[in-house]
This record gives sequence, C-alpha cells and structure tokens, in this order.
Amino acid sequence: MADEWVIEVDGLTKRFGNVTAVEDLSFSIRRGEVFGLLGPNGAGKTTTIQLMLGLTTPTAGTIRVFGLDLQRHRRAILRRVNLAATYVSLPTNLTVWENLNVFARLYGIRKPRAKIEELMELLDLAHLAWRVTGTLSSGQITRLNLCKALLNDPEVLFLDEPTASLDPEVAARVRDILRQIQQTRGITMVFTSHNMREVELMCDRVLFLARGRAVAQGTPAEIQIRARARSLEDAFIVIARDGRLHDVAEVTEAD
Amino acid sequence: MGLRIYALVLRHLYLYRRSVTRIGDIFFWPVMNLLVWGFVTDYLQRMALPQTVVFLIGGMIFWDLLYRSQQAITLSLSEEIWVRNIMNVFIAPVSILEIMIATCIVGVLKALAVMVVLGVLAYGLYAFNVLAMGWALVPFFSILLLFGWAVGMFTTGLALRFGHAAEALIWGIPFLIQPFSAVFYPVEVLPRWLQTVAYLMPSTYVFEGMRTVLQAGRLDLEILAIAVGMNGLYLIGGAAFFGWMLHRVREKGLLSRLYLE
Repeated sequence: MADEWVIEVDGLTKRFGNVTAVEDLSFSIRRGEVFGLLGPNGAGKTTTIQLMLGLTTPTAGTIRVFGLDLQRHRRAILRRVNLAATYVSLPTNLTVWENLNVFARLYGIRKPRAKIEELMELLDLAHLAWRVTGTLSSGQITRLNLCKALLNDPEVLFLDEPTASLDPEVAARVRDILRQIQQTRGITMVFTSHNMREVELMCDRVLFLARGRAVAQGTPAEIQIRARARSLEDAFIVIARDGRLHDVAEVTEAD
Repeated sequence: MGLRIYALVLRHLYLYRRSVTRIGDIFFWPVMNLLVWGFVTDYLQRMALPQTVVFLIGGMIFWDLLYRSQQAITLSLSEEIWVRNIMNVFIAPVSILEIMIATCIVGVLKALAVMVVLGVLAYGLYAFNVLAMGWALVPFFSILLLFGWAVGMFTTGLALRFGHAAEALIWGIPFLIQPFSAVFYPVEVLPRWLQTVAYLMPSTYVFEGMRTVLQAGRLDLEILAIAVGMNGLYLIGGAAFFGWMLHRVREKGLLSRLYLE
C-alpha cells in the first residue's frame, strides 16, 4: 500500500564543506511504526532528523513525508509533525500554561484550552500549569516538551534522545507515557537514543548509522542476530568501533 | 495567519508581563538619556541658547524611537536563540513573514510605550512638548520605525547566522548610523563628503525635518517623500539580507547549534 509509508528518504546526502554528515541515505518508515535512528556521536542522526524537518537543506536526495515532497510542501507537512529533543527548550521565563498556549495557537488548535488541559492531564502536568518553566525539574521539562510536541496531534513525532539526562525512574515513566501515546494514538515515532535497552523496548525497527552512512537496518532482534552479539548494546559497540556490522567473535579475536 | 501572528506576539507579551526587569529595561536607557540630555540642554538654555533645548531633546526622543525599533525586531528572534526555542518556532507551521509581522507589532507597542513615557517626562521636567510638532509627528514616527525595522532585519540576519558571536553587532550597529543621521546637530555641520553619506539615511531627513518644524513650524513634504522612498529600498534590502542569512543557516544546519555559536 502506497500510503503505508509516511516517510520515504531516497539518496539523502548532506555535506558541510568538506565534511559529509550524511551520505546516500535511503530508508522508509511505516505509519504507526517506532523507528530508531541509532549510531555513535557524530554518526548523522540529528542531521538526518533536521533534514526530515526541513531545518537543514540537503545537498542531494529527496525526502517525502505523507507522500509530499518536503522541499515544496514544508509548511503543510509541519502541521502534521512535531519534535521533542533535549537540545530544544521552551522559554524558561514563561509559565507552563503560557508556553503551551503560545504553541497551541501557533499550530492553529481550534480549542486550545481544552487541548492543553487534556494533554496536561495525560502527562501529569496539571498541577504545574502556573509554574514558571525555569523552575521545573528535568523530568517535568521533558514531559512539558512532550506536551508541546503533542499539541497538534502529530502523525509523526520526532524524538531526539527524549530521555537523555533523566534518572532511570523518570526515564521509565517517560517511556511508559510514550508507549501509551503510541498505542492509543497510533503515532509514527522517529526515535534516537544511546540507551540500547530503551531502543529494544521502544523500537519496531532501527537504522544504524556510522559516519553518515546506513550500516544496518532491521528489528533490534535481527540486528543483534546479524552481529552475533549478546545484546543490542554489543552490536552498537561493534558498529561504533568499526563503522560496519560484523561478527562480535571477530572483534574479540582482534582485541 | 492572524492566529499565528497573535501567538508570536502573545509569547512576547507573556515575557514582559512576568518580568519587571524587562519592562524596566524598555524604559531605563531612554529615561536615563532623557535625563542626561535634558540637563545638558537645560544648562545650554541658561547660556542663552534656547532653541538648542528643543532640538536636543527632540533628537534624543526620536533617536530612541529608531533604536528601540531596531532592537525590538532583533531581540525578538535573538531571544528565541538564547533560550534554545528557535527550533520550536521554526518547526511550527509559521512563515518568516508571519514571524516578521509579529516582531514588528511587538516593536510598535514598545516604541509607542517609550514615546509616551518620554513625552510625558520631557514635558514635566523640561517643558518640552513633543506634540508641538503636530501632525508631523506621524510621518516622523513612521519613517523612523520603518528604518529601525530595516536595520533590525539586517542585524537579525546577523544574529541568526552567527548566534551569540553577533551580539556586539546587534547593539552596536545602530550607533554606526547615529553620527551620520544628524541626530543632535544639523547636517551642514558634517564635512561635505559625510553629508552625502548622511543623505543616504532616511533618519537624516526626519531629524532635519524635526528641526525645521520646531524652528519654522513648516513640514517639508518633499524630503519626507525621499525618506519614505529610501525606507522602501532599505526594507527590501533588509528583508533580502535576512532571507539570505536564513538560507545560509539552513544550508549549514546551524539552527540547533546557534545558542552554542
């Protein structure tokens, strides 16, 4: 089914001067899928997400979202997607409510008050509505960022390391919330994380990147088997060290 | 479109509603300038140079209008960079035109507020009545506001492209314009070649026009028309520069890293 794919990336390349951040990347993401973009620091994950949001212009290749060309229909696409990332913050000097109210109106939400109340309830933020954002804990800020990212009922949600800097308990809560949202709303999620246990729990399929190139693609279990690794984390280490996927046994021998 | 512009304006109104220091910042420097220049001119008046008083105070008030207008445009977007909210704004379905309109509205509100406060203070402290300029105030106000926006778009482009590194330029560039705009003295005081430079600035026509209105009670419509025409060119230039900088930022993938620059 043609409309099964919500994101289709073909031959995507991004060069910054002499540095190639992403090279000839091709992949597709199905509707309702949780798709992991994995790889070591500098592998090109964040660049790929920014390219998929039209924040960065590609050097070559095409990106189609909902069957629409991103370059030509960026604003129409942005109405249907959203992002929560650790490197993006909401203004710390506005209250939780004010921040959400501004973004609800930016996304043209018809009944902003009702939508904000519904999401604050879902993300356990209702009691913090009039707190200034800068006074919130890391966990609360993560939930607020998620709340903002859900305001427009996105069909695709980009989550760039959503649980980074959270303690394990809070990270587990955030994962529970994300799973609940994904299951009840059928949102497609594009997910990056360095926590491989989290990736195993969250992702249906993953794409491993190394030095801007796609190294492996499949379910977490398939990747683990292909790497003959004991865990996804071991597979990650193999790829991070060698920039390609091969036997763990081979690596151990070489060590 | 209206709703999105409203949202962007609302974001700044929330900011000022909550912060006494930010509200204070809008008024602090203009009031300080008015006090310093007011007392200097008061002294000059006692030295029997009465006309100088109104010229200096008028120049100070109008200069501040231009400066605040430029700052309002630039700081609105710089603020988003500093608090790392710029990506949230740029992934919302909002156009650059809508962002610019919203920042201009915030700029007008701030400029009006400053004008009112300075006008009241100037009248109370130095018996300078800004309304004595009559209807000439409207074109003077508009030309300075628009020129401030044009300069603001240029400095916003720099802020977007260079992040924190461009901060000094954001504050400093308006003061490159000040000596050539004949704010506190007539253009004829400048060397001949600088007079040519001065007449390339729409602001010069306003300050010259202000002095004519205050002295002779006459408004020269021809020079206003020149200033309006020039403003059109500067606005197109400012918008083109901003668009080019945004294009470069997207090309270089800088939006997520601007706060680090």
